[in-house]
Amino acid sequence: MGQFKVLKSLVVDSLDTITKGSLKYHLWMGFLTIVILIGMYCYSIQLDEGLSVTGMNDRVSWGLYISNFTFLVGVAAAAVMLVMPTYILKDIDFKQAVLIGEGLAVSALIMCIAFVIADMGGPAVLWHMIPGIGVFNFPKSMLAWDVIVLNVYLFINISIPFYILFRHYQGKEAKHNVYLPGAILSVFWAVAIHLVTAFLYQGLQARPFWNNALLGPRFLASAFAAGPALIILVLAIIKRFTEFKVEEKTIKKIAMIVTVAAQINLIMLISELFKEFYAPTHHSESAYYLFFGLHGKTALLPWIWTAITLNVIATAMLTFNKLRNNLNVLYLCCIMLFVAIWIEKGFGLIVPGFIPGPYGKIVEYLPTGIEVGVTLGIWALGAFIFTILAKTAIGIELGKLQFKSKKDTV
Amino acid sequence: MSENKKWYSLDLGLNKKKGSSGSCGCGKTEGGCNSHKEELSAEEFYEAAINASIGEERHKDGFEQVFDVKMDRRTAFKKLTASLLIGAGAVSTSCSLTTSGDAKEKAQIDWEEQFKGNYKLMTDDEKKKTVDRLMRSYELRTGKNISMTAENAAEDVLFGYAFNISKCQGYMDCVSACVEENNQDRNSEMQYIRIHEMKDGEGFKFDKADDNYYHEVPQEGHFYMGTQCFHCDDPPCVDVCPVQATWKEEDGLVVIDYDWCIGCRYCMAACPYDGRRFNWSKPEVPENEVNKNQHYLGNRMRKKGVMEKCTFCVQRTRKGKNPACVEACPTGARIFGNLLDPNSSIRWVLENKKVFRLKEDLGTEPKFWYFMD
Ligand code: SF4
Ligand code: SF4
Repeated sequence: MGQFKVLKSLVVDSLDTITKGSLKYHLWMGFLTIVILIGMYCYSIQLDEGLSVTGMNDRVSWGLYISNFTFLVGVAAAAVMLVMPTYILKDIDFKQAVLIGEGLAVSALIMCIAFVIADMGGPAVLWHMIPGIGVFNFPKSMLAWDVIVLNVYLFINISIPFYILFRHYQGKEAKHNVYLPGAILSVFWAVAIHLVTAFLYQGLQARPFWNNALLGPRFLASAFAAGPALIILVLAIIKRFTEFKVEEKTIKKIAMIVTVAAQINLIMLISELFKEFYAPTHHSESAYYLFFGLHGKTALLPWIWTAITLNVIATAMLTFNKLRNNLNVLYLCCIMLFVAIWIEKGFGLIVPGFIPGPYGKIVEYLPTGIEVGVTLGIWALGAFIFTILAKTAIGIELGKLQFKSKKDTV
Repeated sequence: MSENKKWYSLDLGLNKKKGSSGSCGCGKTEGGCNSHKEELSAEEFYEAAINASIGEERHKDGFEQVFDVKMDRRTAFKKLTASLLIGAGAVSTSCSLTTSGDAKEKAQIDWEEQFKGNYKLMTDDEKKKTVDRLMRSYELRTGKNISMTAENAAEDVLFGYAFNISKCQGYMDCVSACVEENNQDRNSEMQYIRIHEMKDGEGFKFDKADDNYYHEVPQEGHFYMGTQCFHCDDPPCVDVCPVQATWKEEDGLVVIDYDWCIGCRYCMAACPYDGRRFNWSKPEVPENEVNKNQHYLGNRMRKKGVMEKCTFCVQRTRKGKNPACVEACPTGARIFGNLLDPNSSIRWVLENKKVFRLKEDLGTEPKFWYFMD
């Protein structure tokens, strides 16, 4: 079969590209490998002793892992912000960005899955969740929905870029009518993974901090700020270290998306704050804890105020065209926004949901070294996967990677 | 009964009329029961609902659903790879090549236990088999015998609990009795029951209460209130579980299959009453303190990384006894019984006292009432 031959050659070629590179590239990959190994070591301790090696306990039963999971779902969905204009509106500027964006989505999703598995008490019986051999609580459990939705999204985001790259690898144009339906589907799907993940929390009447109709929309807004912000940063790095041409126009267009999303996010934040603090009820206690501390317990204050400060400054700066069009300022803003939203949608969202507890008990949560180690390991894994994907994609797009024997192509 | 209620409400079956011939499970008194006229009888509807939710699983029940005891190699290999791929190689023991009889048997048991199905979907026969295996496994490991049952819910039983706030003095005898009865982890000092010490004259201020006190009781100017899993009639913890590892039994007990739970702790986040406890590390009970009268859904030994909680002592109550906490309470503050039995003391309390429940606005319908003398 011709196709198989092409595929084999693609795998060989890409293995070749990812193992070759400049010294900086090797240093980067070596560094990531070390961090991944440290993470795996930490995880082995956790497997051995149980989740007691983390900072979580019966009162705060989700922590750093689930926080990162939540945040990364947002990043994964952001690729779609670039997919839509490229494929549907035929906006050429975005085309290169899209492949990068979808690569980012794939690595983010793999990280999501890794975080969920790291958080499980019984990873050995995870097969109970596989539809068909296990028992799935569908449609009642939002977690069951989430598993399905995330995996389908992963599938879509692997197959579209793969198809495009596979065609380009053979020196052919990717056929529009083949990938367009997939692209449109992925647009809706991105919104779905977001909403479903938000519903995971939103649907719990036990946790007033989450049981709030704005949670889903705010998820979307913040994700569409943080995700593209990350894409801008990645494009900037690619632009700097490879020959891949990323036009300034592309970056500026994405910056526009970031700006609008960040502004909407800020408006929703204000609305949320108003509701919690204008007429505080019993249900506002978590918000009080988050923003001001409760009964002298203030562990989250430095985090959330850093996040809010960064968020407000970055959004304000982005709002002015002059500042936004200066690339260095833009990159700075993107870093600020990314960090701010990571704190806000991760720590700032998950932990206060448990504090105070159902009966008002306040037990604070701080991740342990092992938890941090596993988390860094998973982030390194994501970066590692992304680097591989991006390097192959760039190789193909630049025409460096091409299928040799033309007569074999179908 | 108002038919147009938009929310769930607890049906104690107080109005349930038992037909002389076939019984109709709709529990309606007025307006008759329509279910026979419609195309779907109550049972068929139930059947259909189950099929809709778990589909095929139900027909290939229990073990078969995942693994037959005598599995053929191909499926076995397939399942094993799936499990290995996903996470840790917890089945390593099953690959042991030792030829000694005991070791082999142990390996076989571990293997079958690793790949058994969800207890909720097992037939009685399968339930018995897993219980036998667990007992045998304990014997092989420790040389001691335990007795474990898989007793099902009895008919016409719905368990309920009432707590007399005026009587409780905070002695916490219930707590220690519970820990001993239910083989809870001694290392982390896991406790299902929390006793909240509150100040007189401040009302129910849970956030100001002390639920972890170490002083003489009763403390002057304080009153006490106990909480545990309330066995909600519409339990949010059950809805959220992605693998149906926790469910409500016919007699109203909300239980967990410790071997099916994957430890995601979603149910813990969903419980509004702090009713659930997680095994953050391997639970340990000194061998001589193990309560050997066990139930599969109750106090049998747990492993690390699974959820557990109060089961109203299913191993006792299904045998007609009171839960350990009720028996241990020196003040008689705790009352337990069958809500469907008009002569039970719990029914007397519900009918004669001003009872209330916690967080009723959440619609969870706890089967745990508080009252005062
Ligand atoms: S009290 Fe909590 S754990 Fe118990 S049934 Fe209700 S929601 Fe579930
Ligand atoms: S921790 Fe166990 S019982 Fe609870 S939701 Fe997860 S799988 Fe179900």
